[in-house]
Amino acid sequence: MTDKQKVLDVQGLRKTIRGREIIKGVTFDVREGEVFGFLGPNGAGKTTTIRMLVNLIRPTAGTIQVGGISVTAHPEKALGQMGCIVENPEMYGYMSGQENLEHFARMFPNVGAERIREVVEIVGLGARIHDKVKTYSLGMRQRLGIAQALLGRPKLLILDEPTNGLDPQGIKEMREFIRELASDGLSVFVSSHLLSEIQLMCDRVAIISHGEVIAVGAVEDLLQESDNRIVWQVEPRDQALAILSGYMEETGPGVSVHETADEAARSIVVRMPASQVPTMTKKLVDSGIDVYSVTVKNPTLEELFLQLTEGETIG
Amino acid sequence: MVSLYPLVKNETIKMLRKRRFQVIILIVAALIPIFVYAQVKITENSRKQLGDADWRIRAEKRISDMSNTLNNNIPEDWKVYRKVEIQRLQYALERDVDPESPNSVTFTSTFIRNSVGLFLPLLVAVVSADILSSEQSTGTIKLLLTRPVRRWKILTSKLLTLVLFVSLIVFCTAALTYLISGLAFTYGGWGAPVLTGFQVNGDQLDTSHVHIVEQWRFLLMELGLAWFSCLVVACMGLMISVLVRSTAAGMGIMLAVLIAGTILTNMVSSWESAKYLFMINLDTISFLAGSIPPVPGLTLDFSLTVLAVWAAASLVVSYGVFTRRDILG
Repeated sequence: MTDKQKVLDVQGLRKTIRGREIIKGVTFDVREGEVFGFLGPNGAGKTTTIRMLVNLIRPTAGTIQVGGISVTAHPEKALGQMGCIVENPEMYGYMSGQENLEHFARMFPNVGAERIREVVEIVGLGARIHDKVKTYSLGMRQRLGIAQALLGRPKLLILDEPTNGLDPQGIKEMREFIRELASDGLSVFVSSHLLSEIQLMCDRVAIISHGEVIAVGAVEDLLQESDNRIVWQVEPRDQALAILSGYMEETGPGVSVHETADEAARSIVVRMPASQVPTMTKKLVDSGIDVYSVTVKNPTLEELFLQLTEGETIG
Repeated sequence: MVSLYPLVKNETIKMLRKRRFQVIILIVAALIPIFVYAQVKITENSRKQLGDADWRIRAEKRISDMSNTLNNNIPEDWKVYRKVEIQRLQYALERDVDPESPNSVTFTSTFIRNSVGLFLPLLVAVVSADILSSEQSTGTIKLLLTRPVRRWKILTSKLLTLVLFVSLIVFCTAALTYLISGLAFTYGGWGAPVLTGFQVNGDQLDTSHVHIVEQWRFLLMELGLAWFSCLVVACMGLMISVLVRSTAAGMGIMLAVLIAGTILTNMVSSWESAKYLFMINLDTISFLAGSIPPVPGLTLDFSLTVLAVWAAASLVVSYGVFTRRDILG
């Protein structure tokens, strides 16, 4: 544990809607100045969780604290420390960006024209701020959404799928922008179903599936925890497979053979610690098997995710 | 803590930017000339029938006619009514105001009386039915409710904005009617005498409390009652707006309820418990003018009470649902 302060602390969060438990005990925390990824396939409960964080949905059980203040008990104090975009950055299309910001600024006790100028500068909307929002592109709406979220000088920024619908350039800019905000001491909570996204910009992640958090931790730690995949190029393949499988039985669970779809090739994919590679190689060679190559594949978050969710279908 | 003032300012800006209010004023401004024209035709017709005699001569003739019949053997009620009518004409002669002359104040008074049952409520429904449902259908409700402001305050700011716009609608309708009808008739008639104070006992019109008020006073009473009826409709609209997420559906429900009310008014005379329906009670001005109510047993006090109960119930439901509801999808 770091000594950094917890900005967001979620404990045992549950939500039952019409008799169906959608969120089944979610626990995680976000610390000061970090970008926290909230990862899960569509329908895993990301948006429901976010809606509970910002008091749009009342949790059935569990606590949410922002800067030590309970969201359910003192919503206006807790919400004062948060800025958020839930799903799409909807604004009043019939008003200009400036008017929208003025509208939301009036809902804070101490946000004036000066702060509006600041946030417009931060998100770089420039001259277009005086155009009606209905003429904005999605990227500009996203920026205006963030400007709106930053208005109240929050400690915690909650962004739901911030790169959704953006073009590759926009995604890259958004990523850099989020890192920049975090480097100024702001904590950012980002949800996404795009694993590559999270891996590139987050310090820590929580992986959610079917309403449960199945892993929380620093991106590197999570990747380390997951076993490396070793790709063996061997011949004859069947014989090698028998030996490798035999070894698997000895070492017990946690290590498994993954047969590739590529039957004609000589490759066998084994999930095992890299430290075992020399022993295994010796064993195979001793048994008269030709070893062409051994490749250690570093896992990506994507693979970790599939491993954790066991190939869950997206629904 | 954010006070209510900036929140009401926000809602007012949104209402004006959505051009809802402007559309309503345009509708009123476009419709009034049509009614004015109809009134001009009616006046022309009656002038043809009655001839061009001076109104003072006609009024004096009517007074003497009625005074003569007072000693005859006629029901006591009629006598009272005629006495009052004589008083009214004498009052008019004293003040030198023609009670029958078509002027803009008389027209405004008649127009407000006729529009309180359906026309004004429809206008109010247009602004109230979408005040929350539009935020829900566009998704801006999520931004509105994630600010550091309690939900009851958000709803209160919407309610206060509705009160403001209901007042503006009633006032502007009256002002526009006065201004436009004055072009066809004459501006004036503020002091013309109007009879009021009728009470209905069973199927009898009790005229014992009838008295004369100046027309400006009468118009003010009418506007007050119209304002109250419109406020009740606004509260109902707010509730529908909280409960229904689609603006079109909310508007449809409001229109259906209001129009059903006017249809029912014409057919419920034997269904007594219908008097507890709010639509039947909207036309409170008719009590001032002394027309027989659609359902026996209706009085001004009763109608106002029923309306107030409906409004209060709508607000309880609105606040109860809005402050607790989960905002999904």
